[in-house]
Amino acid sequence: MIYLIAALKGLVLILLLLFTFAYLTWGMRRGLARFQIRLGPNRVGPLGLLQPIADAVKAIFKEDISVANADKFVYWLAPLISFTFALAAFAIIPLGPKGSIFGIDPWVADLNVGILYLFAAAELATYGIFLSGWASGSKYSLLGGLRSAAGLVGYELALGVALLGPVLMVGSLNLRDIVDWQAQHGWLALWQLPVFIVYFIAALAEMGRTPFDFVEAEQELVGGFSTEYNSMKFVSFYMAELLHWITASALIPTLFMAGWHAPFGLPEIPILWLFIKWLVFIFIVMWIWASWFRTRYDVLIRFAWGVLFPVALAWFLLTAYWVASRGGAA
Amino acid sequence: MSVYSLAKALGITLKHMFSKPVTIPYPSAPVPLKPRFHGRHVLTRHPDGLEKCIGCSLCAAACPAYAIYVEPAENDPENPVSAGERYAKVYEINMLRCIFCGLCEEACPTGAIVLGNEFELADYVYADLVYGKEDLLADTVGSKAQRREAKQTGKPVKLGFEVPYVRPELEGVKYE
Repeated sequence: MIYLIAALKGLVLILLLLFTFAYLTWGMRRGLARFQIRLGPNRVGPLGLLQPIADAVKAIFKEDISVANADKFVYWLAPLISFTFALAAFAIIPLGPKGSIFGIDPWVADLNVGILYLFAAAELATYGIFLSGWASGSKYSLLGGLRSAAGLVGYELALGVALLGPVLMVGSLNLRDIVDWQAQHGWLALWQLPVFIVYFIAALAEMGRTPFDFVEAEQELVGGFSTEYNSMKFVSFYMAELLHWITASALIPTLFMAGWHAPFGLPEIPILWLFIKWLVFIFIVMWIWASWFRTRYDVLIRFAWGVLFPVALAWFLLTAYWVASRGGAA
Repeated sequence: MSVYSLAKALGITLKHMFSKPVTIPYPSAPVPLKPRFHGRHVLTRHPDGLEKCIGCSLCAAACPAYAIYVEPAENDPENPVSAGERYAKVYEINMLRCIFCGLCEEACPTGAIVLGNEFELADYVYADLVYGKEDLLADTVGSKAQRREAKQTGKPVKLGFEVPYVRPELEGVKYE
């Protein structure tokens, strides 16, 4: 019974995420257009709201071409890996208190190693990218995949070390504990401001958004790792990328801004407050996307190793000292 | 690269977000034309109704694309068509050849041929894009294709632009 409910919740979450993805493509295009004083897609349906459906139909009916040089099995597997693990990361984010949605817990999995799971899922999703680069049999794809792999080592390290401070402070890897701790003691974004910034920057790199979207720098690499992909296989990559964006925008508030808890003592409504915080981060990422240039690839690597990682590490040591001097987690 | 310049970039895009988009959703909204727009030619008339064109063929001589064909004829003194001795019996412009440079307008001694405001000339058959006198004279509104569509649907010709100024050389030309 527990497994059935978990499976159903997973299914609902997947459908919800896919719906969000579809309308994020619309919101993203409309939003970016507004930043560039344009209108964006507005011809299909009112305000262009049927555009995602039109795009989906087009993508499904496109001819599916496989490259002759490709390693067929991996070539097909890569988009699936990318897409599946991008979806999986959302499963542990708590959307509200226990039993708040008609007596059902609003999360799919309540893992006591939540943050570890999160990193595992994020890491595996990146496998999809460089496997696709390797399996496509094209030098542009390979370069895109290699860039992704080299970047990964840099920013994932910062991403991981940045979360050590909050974890030490809360004393738990469970996302629910982290959220509840923040409701009592205040946002971790204030307690842990330096690593909050580090985490946000590294998350930008992880979701492959400006200023760190060099994995698919079309001016240099044609389309990066997705050069040789088309139709639904390409859409899977695109989905994975946007799902990373969706997940990270929900994860940052959960980790640093008390998740589903209401800020400033406002009334608690499950999902709503997380949704608002989620929208804020979706907007910020889009805003950065519309405003900034793409950094050079070696700049990210140097930045990740030379700035993000030492800052996160130093802050971790400081937090450790502070926690130890108080005799354990708060 | 400094934090200040990054913040400035964010400020600029945010400012743009709250300004009106520059996109004109043509054809659902009309295009505002500029005063020097070169659109479809118009053969203008004097205020008394006589045609300005005297059939001198200077426009055809000036035309770099050889798009204009003029065949003049003597005016009947009792019932003149134009204000001069002769008038244009045939006046054709091939819109497929025309490059809308406006040299015909500059060459014209009487100011008869003027590049107007209409630009929606797309059509299906090459022959239909050779515009005769009846298509160019001042009281004709719309391109051949637009007028054909208007005739089929029974609605008036719908023009996709607005003219927010007065052009003196286009006297007597009205756009509804």
